[in-house]
Amino acid sequence: MSKKKNIFQRLGESPVWKSIFRSGVPRTRRQRMMSVLNSVFLHLHPVRLPRHAVKLKFTWCMGGLTFFLYLVLTITGILLMFYYRPTVEYAYTDIIDLREQVPLGIMREIHRWGAHAMVITVWLHMFRVFMTGSYKPPREFNWVVGVILLFLTLLLSFTGYLLPWDQLAIWAVTVGTNMARATPFLGHEGPGAALLSLGDINFVHAASDIRFALLGGRFVGESALLRFYVLHCIGLPFIIMIFMAVHFWRVRKDGGISGPT
Amino acid sequence: MTEEEKKEQENQESPEEKPEEEAAGAEQKLEAKEDKKHLPASVGEGSISDEMPRRSFFSWLTVAWLAFAAATGGFFAMTVRFLFPNVLFEPPQSFKIGFPDDYQIGQVNIRWKKLHAIWVVRTSEYIYALSTVCPHLGCTPNWLDNERKFKCPCHGSGFRKSGVNFEGPAPRPLERFKITLADDGQILVDKSKLFQYEKGQWDDPESFLKV
Repeated sequence: MSKKKNIFQRLGESPVWKSIFRSGVPRTRRQRMMSVLNSVFLHLHPVRLPRHAVKLKFTWCMGGLTFFLYLVLTITGILLMFYYRPTVEYAYTDIIDLREQVPLGIMREIHRWGAHAMVITVWLHMFRVFMTGSYKPPREFNWVVGVILLFLTLLLSFTGYLLPWDQLAIWAVTVGTNMARATPFLGHEGPGAALLSLGDINFVHAASDIRFALLGGRFVGESALLRFYVLHCIGLPFIIMIFMAVHFWRVRKDGGISGPT
Repeated sequence: MTEEEKKEQENQESPEEKPEEEAAGAEQKLEAKEDKKHLPASVGEGSISDEMPRRSFFSWLTVAWLAFAAATGGFFAMTVRFLFPNVLFEPPQSFKIGFPDDYQIGQVNIRWKKLHAIWVVRTSEYIYALSTVCPHLGCTPNWLDNERKFKCPCHGSGFRKSGVNFEGPAPRPLERFKITLADDGQILVDKSKLFQYEKGQWDDPESFLKV
């Protein structure tokens, strides 16, 4: 029965600890609530969960799994960037090296399979939300945000597809980006493009349309690889994070995860 | 349902979320207080000196907003222009491919396929340059000499030696490029000018070279 405080008690009472964790050890309901409200990482989550929200049967946890996979892909993606060079000369061999030479050669496989899995979980999440009617008011705005997130996920998938720089990647992206030719007004083969001209001068042609801006050239080459790499690693993840923050915040504001009524 | 009604309902449902609600309530009170003075939020008490009359203040505000909009719009335009490179590290659009005698009659020459993406075809009467881009989705077909046809590996489109499609999903024939003789007697191909069969452009004298 010594009155000496042990190291954990002393740590818990130190000014440094208290300056970070404001609400102390959560013993009462109020303290538990405050510890969630005062944490930037926890506050997106509702303070209290309805009992049904943790029922796997209803939600399949597909939204949560999608976010988990996003985190996995972010971490493995950053690790892959240490070894991968987005140039025509090195891209393909770097991918081979990631499998054959880099320690624990599964990092690229985790990223690749994780990406496939994320597209599937996004789809299943959407399917579940549709089947349970969780897109209905007041959640209709969040459904729209979710559709944007679906497109961003597919775009991340598409830009990542080019990076191995093998025949499959080059031709799949050649075919995919050729669709941009038909964009109304912005693509040189699209409707309305011919209207944007002065006499003999066409403003929208093969070297000035939206596809040209996407590829940085007339065909899928060096600059297209670099552009897709930058979009894949920086541009699209940045945009998707903004929409994810809105998505989660909206879920919380609309009464938490939807459940059976 | 308005925000307040919703908040009230939330309050009834979850009395434990009070701290947040209190904060929101305090904000509303603050807004109400400011409302009583009948002043816009941007013109708080004591923020205008006597020398500046209201009218000119608002005209300056308009100028400031216009300047802000112009600067933002200008930067947006710059960003869009930035995405279109001035210099391309790609093969030139206009190039010489040697003398007409380098090409045999009746043959499809695949020498320039990789570098310039063209096939050079010589018939008994003329030479023409065909684009190697499949008009379906942009893959590169192969010339199958035994079967005397171009065949696209992606979706199976087939083209005759002339470039006219006859099988598969291709919606139109291959394109031809402008072909002329340079001063030194070499063939000059210009890929920036193309001729499409379905528009009747293959009759254009620039779309083939008479030999």
